[in-house]
Amino acid sequence: MKFAYYPGCSLHATGLEYDQSTRAALCALDVELDELRDWNCCGASSAHALDANAAILLAARNLALAQRAHRDVIAPCAACFNRLKVAEHILKTDSTRRVEIERALDFYYADATQILNPIDLVVNHIGLPRVRAAVKNPLTDLRVVPHITQFDDPEHPRALDQLLSAIGAQPCEWADATHCCGGSLSLTRANIVIKLVDDLVAHARDVNAQAIVTACPLCQINLEMRQTRADKLPIVYFTELMGLAFGLKESRKWWGKHLINPRELVSRYQ
Amino acid sequence: MLDSSLRDWVNLQSHQNINTCFTCAKCTAGCPVAFAMEFGPHRILQMVRFGMNDAALASRDIWLCAGCETCATRCPNDVDVAALMDALRQISLAKKSRNPARDIADFHRAYLLLIKLFGRMHEASLMILVKLITRDLLADMGAGVQLVLKGKIPIVPERIRGTGEVSRMLNAEKRNSREAFVIRNSQFGNQK
Ligand code: SF4
Ligand code: SF4
Repeated sequence: MKFAYYPGCSLHATGLEYDQSTRAALCALDVELDELRDWNCCGASSAHALDANAAILLAARNLALAQRAHRDVIAPCAACFNRLKVAEHILKTDSTRRVEIERALDFYYADATQILNPIDLVVNHIGLPRVRAAVKNPLTDLRVVPHITQFDDPEHPRALDQLLSAIGAQPCEWADATHCCGGSLSLTRANIVIKLVDDLVAHARDVNAQAIVTACPLCQINLEMRQTRADKLPIVYFTELMGLAFGLKESRKWWGKHLINPRELVSRYQ
Repeated sequence: MLDSSLRDWVNLQSHQNINTCFTCAKCTAGCPVAFAMEFGPHRILQMVRFGMNDAALASRDIWLCAGCETCATRCPNDVDVAALMDALRQISLAKKSRNPARDIADFHRAYLLLIKLFGRMHEASLMILVKLITRDLLADMGAGVQLVLKGKIPIVPERIRGTGEVSRMLNAEKRNSREAFVIRNSQFGNQK
């Protein structure tokens, strides 16, 4: 399977290991990713806060690029994924605004490009049997809590739990699976964000989780940076755990990129 | 008389009808930032609805909103409270309302400025701009240095070929948008 790939700005910077592990884990499942040429920033949480039209146009430009590439597009960053989906929703449902967007971007929306998150791709399109078949080192006894991954049901997301079980890990029920970490305020209201992050981490510890698993580079860096307790809880991407379970050698390069190095936790599976 | 102009403006700008709200406060109950807010999302909504326009626009709450969309996901009447917050931020800037959280608005401006310059985010530049905005030079230096050393914050920005196109998107809004039309036509826009 071949897809267009929209990494977004974080995956070229603070989410480097998410980029590398997504490419590696999907490659192991025979997915080929072709990075969109000349993609632009989706505007993240700032564009929609200040400029409603620009926020939609920024996301829609990337959809136009994917449409020109005639491929469905994989967007691993949860924030980018959200922005692309919002733009898609408007294009699909609001014909007045669709015409405005088409005029501004000089393209015609053909409604032929799917936007997929890697969790959705793996669980619903590739299928968990193929994931299980690719596992070399099952992550037995690794207790983890999945954080904000509502690509199926917004209140009771299940897809990531299923994926984590398929690679042998033990996803735990916890209260904060869909609780926001305040990432967009991280640099301007650290005091608020520290409380949100410390609460999340405490609740993860309440169920004896050894790591929080995320699919968002903004949550990941925020949860790492804003923990205040001395013994810090590792925050890992689900794609890193997939790579680890698949026995991929390059997984060794990912752990050192973390602000909280999860090496101790993962070394027994390597 | 009830001044409904802000309500109408918000409804138009956020493509919805906030009047369907029946004040159950579920949005505020689930809002992660409500503990730090003055009013909380459901009261902000009521203020807009009942003409407390200046108070709503000058509240720090509209800037503290993290945009997580928990409220919009849970509202039993499908009110998109997150979009309401976005609309209020935009209107507060357009009206130059008093803003007790000016630094957050400046942060967003800085973010958009970098997208205008490069077409993509450049974290190193953003860190510098944030330091100028918050006037706190030492905050997060440790983490910033670590990230640079780990090769996760590129020093040189990536600049896309479509930067001009992207930059125009971010500039075009004020001239020809719907809200400019509303500003001209609403009594709210004509108030002093
Ligand atoms: S959840 Fe919806 S109906 Fe309830 S107070 Fe909030 S906006 Fe109103
Ligand atoms: S989007 Fe804003 S108002 Fe709504 S729950 Fe999140 S932080 Fe609160």
